[in-house]
Amino acid sequence: MSEIAQKVKAIIVDKLGVEESEVTTEASFTNDLGADSLDTVELIMEFEKEFNISIPDDQAEQIGTVGQAISYLEANVK
Amino acid sequence: MNLRRVVVTGLGALTPIGNTVPEFWDGLSNGVSGAAPITRFDASLFKTQFACEVKNLNVEDFIDRKEARKMDPFTQYAMIAVDEAMKDSGLDLEKTNLHRAGVIWGSGIGGLKTFQDEVVDFANGDGTPRFNPFFIPKMIADISAGFLSIKYGFKGPNFVTVSACASGTNALIDAFNYIRLGKADIFISGGSEAAVTEAGIGGFNAMKALSQRNEDPKTASRPFDNDRDGFVLGEGAGALILEEYEHAKARGAKIYAELVGGGMTADAHHITAPHPEGEGAANVMKFALEDAGLTPEDIDYVNVHGTSTPLGDVSEVKAIQKVFGEHAYKLNISSTKSMTGHLLGAAGAIEAIASILSVKNGLVPPTINHFTDDENLDSKLNLTFNKAQKREVRAALSNTFGFGGHNCSIIFKKIDE
Repeated sequence: MSEIAQKVKAIIVDKLGVEESEVTTEASFTNDLGADSLDTVELIMEFEKEFNISIPDDQAEQIGTVGQAISYLEANVK
Repeated sequence: MNLRRVVVTGLGALTPIGNTVPEFWDGLSNGVSGAAPITRFDASLFKTQFACEVKNLNVEDFIDRKEARKMDPFTQYAMIAVDEAMKDSGLDLEKTNLHRAGVIWGSGIGGLKTFQDEVVDFANGDGTPRFNPFFIPKMIADISAGFLSIKYGFKGPNFVTVSACASGTNALIDAFNYIRLGKADIFISGGSEAAVTEAGIGGFNAMKALSQRNEDPKTASRPFDNDRDGFVLGEGAGALILEEYEHAKARGAKIYAELVGGGMTADAHHITAPHPEGEGAANVMKFALEDAGLTPEDIDYVNVHGTSTPLGDVSEVKAIQKVFGEHAYKLNISSTKSMTGHLLGAAGAIEAIASILSVKNGLVPPTINHFTDDENLDSKLNLTFNKAQKREVRAALSNTFGFGGHNCSIIFKKIDE
């Protein structure tokens, strides 16, 4: 697992209060991990803070699963 | 108009002198002070370096970590105190008409820590607004009532009263009136506050409202003492289950006392100073008595607002003498803030509990920390100094007054079956 993936999973475990084993690549924030719309916004903010980037709203809306978050960050974090 | 009767069927307390109602009452009966050096933040540069904090509390014993993270401490305190009160009431939610059950909570400030943390975070940044999406819903004072309704499914009237230090009593009087008028049968009511933060202590310090007796925190809250120098900030929550009398009787509920009357007035004088003749304070007690259909002679105990400030304590006692006349000398008067500190929007709630338990248990909690008489106070009054006093309490009146000139009085009476 990449360093980015590890950090992303740790943030999700912390913010959503879920078990690490539940945070699979396919897991959807809202459907599988119990996030509501505010939780999802908070997750994006935490990714921005952790990786020191800014994720535009239209792109943030495309991030709905753990895998999508990891792919986006791996492509955009310098 | 025929008004319905309202009784108290459940209590919950999270206070600086006890984290449950039995512990709170034990602290009150034994004259325990909740004051100690501040642990919530480094207060070494502040004029006041002590407060009455809630102690030995593990929030996650009561609230799931994920949920707790979305709550400011003032809401966490509300959830914890209400948990005790609801269990105490023995209310079976399966058998309760939840559309006739509401929540009227009180908080003077709301999520001060959340506000402070988020704004400081922003100020420390580069100007990019990165506010947490939970900032607003964590901070707003009404969210406590919102969370409570979600937890218990109460779908009746739901809001939070904001009248500074009178908020808790305001909430109780509002809930009382809705039940009396037939608008609902049950309320979760009370108040909570969590203002022991840099902004809270710094803000009240700037007003010169707080005691600065840093060398001896435990004796700092000394209402009516000649050398009092301001109030001691407290935090916590008090929760009461108010219920229509027949509803409570039908389900065989334990009844602590009857809530028989409430009064509300404004000083219309100054934002923070009390009216010099205590006009608003005298009227509010008078109105509460009239509302209850009682005379001054029916009251045995007055739990005063008595915050330990130089001006406030004297004007309140003058107001009591104006309303109670000769009977004032037969009253027990005490300020439980001498032990708990001043819980602002939760003060009225925990003091209501102290008043109810004095009626139930026949014991008046003391005004601790009395050392020197204040010659501006009539020495013939029984201010219940230093030690609790046993006596029958047929009815108790509790006062709370808030910055802004808000005054509330509420009366609890032994239940006549």
